[in-house]
Amino acid sequence: MTIDEIQQEIVEEFSGFEDWMDKYAYLIEIGNEMAPIDAKYKVESNLIRGCQSRVWLHQEFTVGKIKFEAESDALIVKGLVALLLRIYSDRTPKEILESEPRFIDEIGLRQHLSPTRSNGLLAMVKQMKLYALAYEKISAKK
Amino acid sequence: MIPDISKIRKDFPILDQKIHGKPLIYFDNAATSQRPIQVIERMDEFSLRTNANIHRATHYLANKTTEAFEASRETVRRYINAAEAAEVIFTHGTTESINLVAFSFGEAFINVGDEVIVTEMEHHANIVPWQMMCNRRGAILKVLPFRDNGELQIELLDSLITSKTKILAAAHVSNTLGTINPIREIILKAHLKNVPVLIDGAQGAPHLKIDVQELGCDFYAFSGHKIYGPTGIGALYGKRKWLDQMPPFMGGGEMIDRVTFEKTTYNQLPYKFEAGTPNYVGAIGFAAAIDYIQRNEHQPFSNYEHDLLTVATEKLKQIEGLKIYGEAPSKAAVICFNIEGVHPFDLGTLLDQLGIAVRTGRLCADPVMDHYEVENMVRASFAFYNTFDEINAFCKALIRLKAMF
Repeated sequence: MTIDEIQQEIVEEFSGFEDWMDKYAYLIEIGNEMAPIDAKYKVESNLIRGCQSRVWLHQEFTVGKIKFEAESDALIVKGLVALLLRIYSDRTPKEILESEPRFIDEIGLRQHLSPTRSNGLLAMVKQMKLYALAYEKISAKK
Repeated sequence: MIPDISKIRKDFPILDQKIHGKPLIYFDNAATSQRPIQVIERMDEFSLRTNANIHRATHYLANKTTEAFEASRETVRRYINAAEAAEVIFTHGTTESINLVAFSFGEAFINVGDEVIVTEMEHHANIVPWQMMCNRRGAILKVLPFRDNGELQIELLDSLITSKTKILAAAHVSNTLGTINPIREIILKAHLKNVPVLIDGAQGAPHLKIDVQELGCDFYAFSGHKIYGPTGIGALYGKRKWLDQMPPFMGGGEMIDRVTFEKTTYNQLPYKFEAGTPNYVGAIGFAAAIDYIQRNEHQPFSNYEHDLLTVATEKLKQIEGLKIYGEAPSKAAVICFNIEGVHPFDLGTLLDQLGIAVRTGRLCADPVMDHYEVENMVRASFAFYNTFDEINAFCKALIRLKAMF
């Protein structure tokens, strides 16, 4: 599936929730179910610090694709992190650079990606894009 | 007598609204308190009819503005009982007030090897300016610690103050623990060793009556927006004997006496410390807020706020897994807490959906987070317009949300 198709899939998953409470309960559920990041990657150099919550982001670049692992200490953020990984992990730099996480807006959680929310999520998206940009340049040189 | 809160709440139109479809419960007063309509109208009226720059022209509006600005200074002076209006300097807020003292006092009095004392419970605004000054002047920052219950370890103060100590800075009320510090005792102890004291009154002024002469403090800093006034305005009280000896903080208009390219002489107090066009609209709103507080029968520092704190504390303690940080016997209406297994960001996000505004995060007090070995906290802070019903709704919401985790 393309990034866009997965985003559409997520939007449909959330369309079933009428109440905001159900939406957040679902985010908490996926946050809880998410596999924790390998302890050796939960280090200062992978930390994206927000005033409100922290996000750790690790990446590896193999056979033209970037694989991301991430985690947050806040569960709602972790749930959103899980969704971001679902669309952005295991993608080529080009795919990552050409796509915006529009699903967050469409499922009505746009405020969590606003620059005024220092929860580390917006910084995480930026960081993923920076990695994509860097790997794209490295690949082009080869 | 139980005050009629519904009547008071009519003065604060902002409180009467729905957030995400739920009635607003505003428990973020320690960050910014709401303004009564009397403050808003006074500022609007001024902007609509009077606005002109102060102290700089002979025309009618300039004179009116200057009069209003200086009358505001007199209102602040009266409110804190300063000896003279020249000892009241208008600033952007507590942060600027502290930076001003840290810089100017530092330039005048701090040398290599000197010591500055702060407490472990300070807001960053009462740590960083001193740290910057210490770095610049080669001085050392020392810290008076607090006990787990939120009380300062005042018994350590005597040995902390040495012949090298040049100034001590402490919060009147902690913005996280809510502790009302024994500042009279601190000031007395410091003065015995000729050490001047700055009090960060950002959280004190909203809850306590202040008499700077009775306290004997050398500096007292506070903000307009935390005592029902506008943002961008605050005051620094300083004893003339210090202010006269301190060099200006910033250079510009109004603070000068005479400028040539070789040398500038400075204006007298308080103008020496008020470079540039001041926030006179803010100052007028600030004074209007003080007028409101003083006119109001039900004053913010009445027992009612304390009752809110007591009831909220009792109810919160009934929630399993909830831990309150700071339970000093003398405490203002500020409660920081965490619920086991629930991240403050998650709790704040969900409370917001229920129309409840609290503060979450590190609360500009990293050392307090470190003391309790936590990353974040949730803070509920009350004002005299809050109600027991709101506290009930808040506690019910916490129980409901806790079950989601």
